[in-house]
Amino acid sequence: MTQPALLTLAGVSKRYGKVQANKAIDLEVRSGSIHAVLGENGAGKSTLMKLIYGVERPDEGVIMWNGAPVAFNRPSDAQALGIGMVFQHFSLFETLNVVQNVSLMIPGRPQELAQKIKDLGEKFGLSVDPGAMVHTLSVGERQRVEIIRCLLLDPKLLILDEPTSVLPPQSVQLLFETLRKLQAAGTAILFISHKLEEIRALCDEATVLRGGAVTGRVDPRANDARALAQMMIGRDMPQVDAARANQPGDLRLQLKDLSHPRVSRFGTTLTDINLDLRAGQIVGIAGISGNGQQELAALISGETRAQAKDMVQIMGRGVGLLDAQQRRQLGFSFVPEERLGRGAIPEMSLADNSLLTAHRQDMLKGGFIKRQVERAFTRRCIEEFDVRTPGPDAEAGAMSGGNLQKFILGREIMLQPDVMLVSQPTWGVDIGAATAIRRRLIDMRAEGAAILVISEELEELFEICDSLHVLHEGHLSKPLVVSETTAEEVGAYMIGATV
Amino acid sequence: MSALEFLLAGTLAAALPLLLAALGEMVVEKTGLLNLGLEGMMAIGAAIAFICVYHTDAHSLGFLAAALVSAVLALIFAALVIVVQANQVAAGLAVGVLGLGLSALFGKSYESQTISGLEEIGLPVLSQIPVVGPTLLTQDIVVWLTLLGTVGLWYMLNKTKLGLIITAVGESAEAARAIGYPVGLIRTIAVAFGGAMCGLAGAYASTVYTPLWADGMIAGRGWIALALVVFGTWRTGRVVFGAILFGVLSLGELTAQAIGVAIPSQVLASLPYIVTILMLVAISRHQTRVG
Amino acid sequence: MKLRLIRRDAASRLAMFGAPVLALVLTCLTSLVLFAALGLPAGKALHALLLKPFLSWYSFSEVLLKMAPLLLIAQGLAIGFRANVFNIGAEGQFIIGALCASAFPVYFPDGNFPLMLLAMILAGGLGGMAFASIAAGLRTRFGASEILVTLMLSLIAVQILNYLLLGPWKDPRGFNFPQTVRFPENALLPLLFENVRPNISLIFALGGSLFAYLMMEKHFLGYQLRTAGLAPKAALYAGFSTPRMIWLTLALGGLAAGIAGASEVAGPLGQLQRSVSSGYGYAAIIVAYVGGLRPVGIVASSFLISVLYIGGDSATVSAGLPVAAVEVFQGMLLAFYLLTFTLIRFRIHFERGAAA
Repeated sequence: MTQPALLTLAGVSKRYGKVQANKAIDLEVRSGSIHAVLGENGAGKSTLMKLIYGVERPDEGVIMWNGAPVAFNRPSDAQALGIGMVFQHFSLFETLNVVQNVSLMIPGRPQELAQKIKDLGEKFGLSVDPGAMVHTLSVGERQRVEIIRCLLLDPKLLILDEPTSVLPPQSVQLLFETLRKLQAAGTAILFISHKLEEIRALCDEATVLRGGAVTGRVDPRANDARALAQMMIGRDMPQVDAARANQPGDLRLQLKDLSHPRVSRFGTTLTDINLDLRAGQIVGIAGISGNGQQELAALISGETRAQAKDMVQIMGRGVGLLDAQQRRQLGFSFVPEERLGRGAIPEMSLADNSLLTAHRQDMLKGGFIKRQVERAFTRRCIEEFDVRTPGPDAEAGAMSGGNLQKFILGREIMLQPDVMLVSQPTWGVDIGAATAIRRRLIDMRAEGAAILVISEELEELFEICDSLHVLHEGHLSKPLVVSETTAEEVGAYMIGATV
Repeated sequence: MSALEFLLAGTLAAALPLLLAALGEMVVEKTGLLNLGLEGMMAIGAAIAFICVYHTDAHSLGFLAAALVSAVLALIFAALVIVVQANQVAAGLAVGVLGLGLSALFGKSYESQTISGLEEIGLPVLSQIPVVGPTLLTQDIVVWLTLLGTVGLWYMLNKTKLGLIITAVGESAEAARAIGYPVGLIRTIAVAFGGAMCGLAGAYASTVYTPLWADGMIAGRGWIALALVVFGTWRTGRVVFGAILFGVLSLGELTAQAIGVAIPSQVLASLPYIVTILMLVAISRHQTRVG
Repeated sequence: MKLRLIRRDAASRLAMFGAPVLALVLTCLTSLVLFAALGLPAGKALHALLLKPFLSWYSFSEVLLKMAPLLLIAQGLAIGFRANVFNIGAEGQFIIGALCASAFPVYFPDGNFPLMLLAMILAGGLGGMAFASIAAGLRTRFGASEILVTLMLSLIAVQILNYLLLGPWKDPRGFNFPQTVRFPENALLPLLFENVRPNISLIFALGGSLFAYLMMEKHFLGYQLRTAGLAPKAALYAGFSTPRMIWLTLALGGLAAGIAGASEVAGPLGQLQRSVSSGYGYAAIIVAYVGGLRPVGIVASSFLISVLYIGGDSATVSAGLPVAAVEVFQGMLLAFYLLTFTLIRFRIHFERGAAA
């Protein structure tokens, strides 16, 4: 008789309201293996992890630990068995220092904990200052704190949820080395990702999820990326035919020595940013989130005012001191990375969400709202941009991320902007919708619009941009022409090597 | 007794209800909530304690009952805000109005009755010091216990894991939940603690400070306590200092006599509120904790 | 136990009507039990509270009189609440409004002032507005929480009132009572009906309600305010000016409360007294919430709360109910409303397992 796997899931299902997040999932993780759970956004990976970590309980099915059924009521039950979890969005407290953060999960006196943190750091290549306040740490350092905190519980199984999404390419290699050391020390690792190459480089087993169900169980090293992608999305990876640039036209958006002190303790200071964006161009801004992307987007959109008028120029006018509405009047539009609560109001209907930025499209008379016009606009947006929804009265909060993104993008495109800023256009969007969105941006370029895209997805930027800059710790690199640069060069900028 | 001596003797007692209520609310706010119902929770505590002492003549029983009943009232706030996620401004006011109303309802047949207060205890040796000894250093047992408890609370908040957990929950409920802390439960306990402290504050006001029951006897002390938390910027030591300062001010005209200036008592009565507004302005420039 | 609120589809309309009704029923039932437990004639008390006000023209007219200030203040406050601007200091703005209006008859006790009434109402409204604007200025300039500032300002307003009534404004022939002279005839609001007390301030309140309805439900300004309340970042994204909204909502709230205060001294009181407000500013917050913060709902809830006040008065006589019972009833009503609103709007989903 073979030894049972460390962790076994048999027929595990979970439903949220109408959404079946996990369907009869079977999963086996053996001791000492690095097991990947692969799937695109919305495939049910996060829900599955919550079930394994005791954050949620399954509706059906059994979770077994060393062959014996277990029931977790809360994360501490899972921790007690030896399951540790590193979250995608860190669960660290910014106003506390590293030791205090660790002590919230691990018993022990501060001095002892500090020593243990140092020891573990040396052993696994996770160096971090135990006394440092968390808000002073970089994203990579925070992830190390998270991992150390888990390791102090001496886990048999370590779960990492999209750990590389916050790291530059070079740090990814460091993380992988750490994980291999852990594997060698006998820890099983459950690695959640949607990045195919990483999984092929690191993992020895993979379970592929699609639409909440398992679609494949493979050895990732024995399959090429294309085969994995097919399992992940159910068809071939769609391609965007990048009809390359027309001749760039007049200057639409210019950033001139744009500097801005960080707004909050946890923000990023922007320093001497220069950028030109012309008609018929798509320019990208690459970089890991948290290097000033949000600050920069808000300064361009007018949600934050710049310190001087000419630091931000739209259509040749200094707009640094104008608000978002005034900048829109000059032909600017903006798709923010947060859809619910910023790009759209969850509690309002789609029609009322059209009003948010499209109110100048003849929707008002003496300030009173013309409901007919509002609805007609919304219907047109739903049709033209293939938004799947019952109609203009549907609440924005009830829509899927991809559909809402199509609606917001559609609304902003229908304003016929001369210059548009799109931030993280395909975050949390399924591949089909993401492709449609990229095609749309390329079409707009063909029609002569100027588009600035801020994105973490390097592949995406390479696909649609004419040139790109890299943002690192508030500094913007010189422009790199996409057809002449490489991922390695961009990666070097992403860790600040040659800025 | 000179006005100054009077002030020395009376300040701590005047400050005590403010201090108790404010310390309770401080813990509530540290977990990230704001309960505006202090006035009502103090009132119901005052009524319950008075009724209890009136019938049993046992102050300890009165304080205990007041703490319990006010904590129960606070739990209504917790249920509304934590369980059904209602707006906390509205929920706090509901609890406040309810407490004020219930206190008047329960206390109606005790209106203008009196009971005996508590005897004052001088600190050994130290109370022999002239002027300060028989005034400042001779207080009732509740004052001494409260001062002791305040030190304990400071230690708990700043030196223990429980204090760390409270800070963590207040900073990011999301993150605290993610690493497995029962945020709702922790906040519920904090709210109940805040309520109990208000109950004690009310009990002190109605059975020790002025041992009689009258409708409306809390007279805005709940609001001052709320202001005090802001004034103290959520730090135990500063809240104590603020309570004493506001206690002095609440002695109004007496204070004016003591310092020998003829200021209208209304100006003195307004001072805590004005100071709090200034304090809000000063601290909000850097951070926004509430609202 | 772990619980989660799951939004029901299209239940907001039901919540708007259902929640207050259900809350009222629950409040009545709980009060019955409470009154009975206290040895009061519960049935009789409830009868007096809820039915008596409808049984005579006089008591019904008193309901209308009470309703005017509550309605006007609540409409002003609700506009702010929907934009997440929590002005809870209407009490102070009401008092300042009453003070400013009283200045005219106090200094011209013979009524020798042109357009006396108009001046009083204007002064009251502007006074309340200016007082509330202090909070707007501190919030927009320094980020000071308007919740606490408006509250503190209310407490200061009470002290200002006390100072004036005990000092410079005290009626010299008033037997040392803390109140001003009785106002001359031309400083009093015209009555709506003969022999009963409701005056044209009820028209102000209904006019204010219509204004609030048009602004909040039909106009882009209201849309901007609602956006700011529901999703502050969306308002910033669209470029709706937050400071302007804070100034606007606090100014409107102060204006409404100030006019209500002026109407009170120029109406049923006919002079400025220490008890000028009797808690209208706080009760109006309850009115605003129980009305679902919507202009139409607030008309209904202000009527309901006024019925409770007048009913409470008669219950003190007929059922020996203490005055405080009305407060208890109001507090319960708001608490139950907050509860039922969520229960109707959301489905509470309990999951097996221990502490959440």
